[in-house]
Amino acid sequence: MEVSVNNKPPIQPKNNEDKVQSPWVEALQSFMKNKIALVGTGIVVFFILLAIFAPFIAPQGINEQNMANRLQAPSAEHWFGTDDFGRDIFSRVIFGARISLWVGFLAVMGSAVVGSLLGIIAGYYGRWIDTIISRIFDIMLAFPSILLAIAIVAVLGPSLQNALIAIAVINIPNFGRLIRSKVLSVKQEEYIVAAKAVGMKNNRILFRHVLPNSMAPIIVQGTLAIGTAIIEAAALGFLGLGAEAPNPEWGKMLSDARVLLIQAPWTMIFPGIAIMLTVLGFNLMGDGLRDALDPRMKN
Amino acid sequence: MLTYTVRRLIALIPVLLGLSLIVFLMIRAIPGDPAQIILGQLATEEAIEALTKQLGLDQPWYIQYFTYLGDLLTGDLGESIKTNTAINQEIWPYLAATLELSFCAMLIAIFIGVNAGIISAWFQHSWFDYIAMILALIGVSIPIFWLGLMEQWFFSIQLDWLPTSGREEVRNPVTSITNIYLIDTLIQGRFDQFVDVLRHLILPAFALATIPMAIIARITRSSMLEVMKSDYIRTARAKGIRMFWVVYKHSLKNAVIPVLTVIGLQTGLLLGGAILTETIFSWPGMGRYIYDAISARDYPVIQSGILVIAFIFVMINLFIDLLYAAIDPRINYR
Repeated sequence: MEVSVNNKPPIQPKNNEDKVQSPWVEALQSFMKNKIALVGTGIVVFFILLAIFAPFIAPQGINEQNMANRLQAPSAEHWFGTDDFGRDIFSRVIFGARISLWVGFLAVMGSAVVGSLLGIIAGYYGRWIDTIISRIFDIMLAFPSILLAIAIVAVLGPSLQNALIAIAVINIPNFGRLIRSKVLSVKQEEYIVAAKAVGMKNNRILFRHVLPNSMAPIIVQGTLAIGTAIIEAAALGFLGLGAEAPNPEWGKMLSDARVLLIQAPWTMIFPGIAIMLTVLGFNLMGDGLRDALDPRMKN
Repeated sequence: MLTYTVRRLIALIPVLLGLSLIVFLMIRAIPGDPAQIILGQLATEEAIEALTKQLGLDQPWYIQYFTYLGDLLTGDLGESIKTNTAINQEIWPYLAATLELSFCAMLIAIFIGVNAGIISAWFQHSWFDYIAMILALIGVSIPIFWLGLMEQWFFSIQLDWLPTSGREEVRNPVTSITNIYLIDTLIQGRFDQFVDVLRHLILPAFALATIPMAIIARITRSSMLEVMKSDYIRTARAKGIRMFWVVYKHSLKNAVIPVLTVIGLQTGLLLGGAILTETIFSWPGMGRYIYDAISARDYPVIQSGILVIAFIFVMINLFIDLLYAAIDPRINYR
């Protein structure tokens, strides 16, 4: 009996489901099953492609003025109509995707890097460092974020670059707090205790073990934050505190369109739809990533 | 509860000091000579010197800060460079206008958001649920300044139903008592003006309410779904209590905590969003006050305006925190 058992070959996994998968692969599979999240990703990819290939897609340049053609309603020639300088709004909206996505990505990258670093330091070292960093986050979060952004731009002077800095700064505490709480829980895990016990240096533990294990919430928060950052950049542009003319930034285009509300509503409709769709895309994608990567973060 | 309240109040002190420090540093952080920048290129040496003195910029920074803090504690918010008036004297009408707008927006957001969330949870997977949640998703993605413009275009210009901007009919101005016009018109028994003020409020309040409404609806729905699965709800239903009461009385009471958190957070965002909404609808509130001050480089007004709004935000969050303790006996704060 024993002999026959021992002679049997070891049981091989028959299909993929029996294999132990990395949590990232599992998350990806769960994300791919989420139709709404895929729609969001589709929208985001669409706008990214639009931004990359803008010069090939846009029928006209961003600043090609043609006063004879000013304030034309949407037509076969000008899909989204023209503005008060006779510029093609379709082309400007496409080029605007470059600015908005660029600002969104860069601002969120900045706040994610700085916020995560501060959050890791606060969570890992604890004590007075944690107290100081956490209090600074509390104070920053005590301002309504757009107000803080306005204050920063009011001090630095209105420009797209300063708007980007302001948006990056106001988002730092969101990342910082998130990572701090994640680090606090990861810190208690046995593998961290083991790493400490074998004499691993703090820096190595932080960047080889703690940070990779805190990545999921950063990715989720980052995706959702890009959507918010795009709206914030547009809001600053709209208030005249962001991009300057003739930049086809969507918020700035809306601000210019305000005076044309009665005679040329199309100058206002299309940049707004572009902002809404892009932000919707990032929100849907972010929600999907959250469900896939960290179901506990839901609600 | 009392101990908790006292502890929360003490914890507020470093936050308020931090707020005042950030706002204080604003003028000092302007690259170059702040007085020169505020007054512009054509300013004379004497004017620059006088403003430097007025702003206290010739003192060491810690003395400046303690003077500023002392002024704040006595309610002195500084003087507007543009109007030469004490800010604490001219700020109230603006603040009242913003509070009126934000309060109405929050009422709309809570009423529609909570009910939409409840009905969505009650009839989960129904067409109402799907439509409400799609609208909520769009609602959180819409830039409110664009929504405001669209509202103006559609309801004021195309349909001519509501006024485009302002707070009152210019030819029939409200005599202000409290500066909260809905109250003022009621006190004076001017119902024609009350309706008029209400008509001016509708568009900006709805624009401002959109995002909080969407978020409140989503949170209420998920919170209600969780509560409605619990045993005591099944018991209540088994006892034959009408579904309406099960939903609105038994479930809502226990689903309300996360909703309250969101309402607290959203109120702060609302105050920020008010800046954009007020700019579009020419609403003479704090947003407009700060926005005009930025254009005029009137830094004392920018500082005080931001400080006042941040202070209100902090106070609302404190109030919401204390409200939890009062509503939910399960929360132990010791």
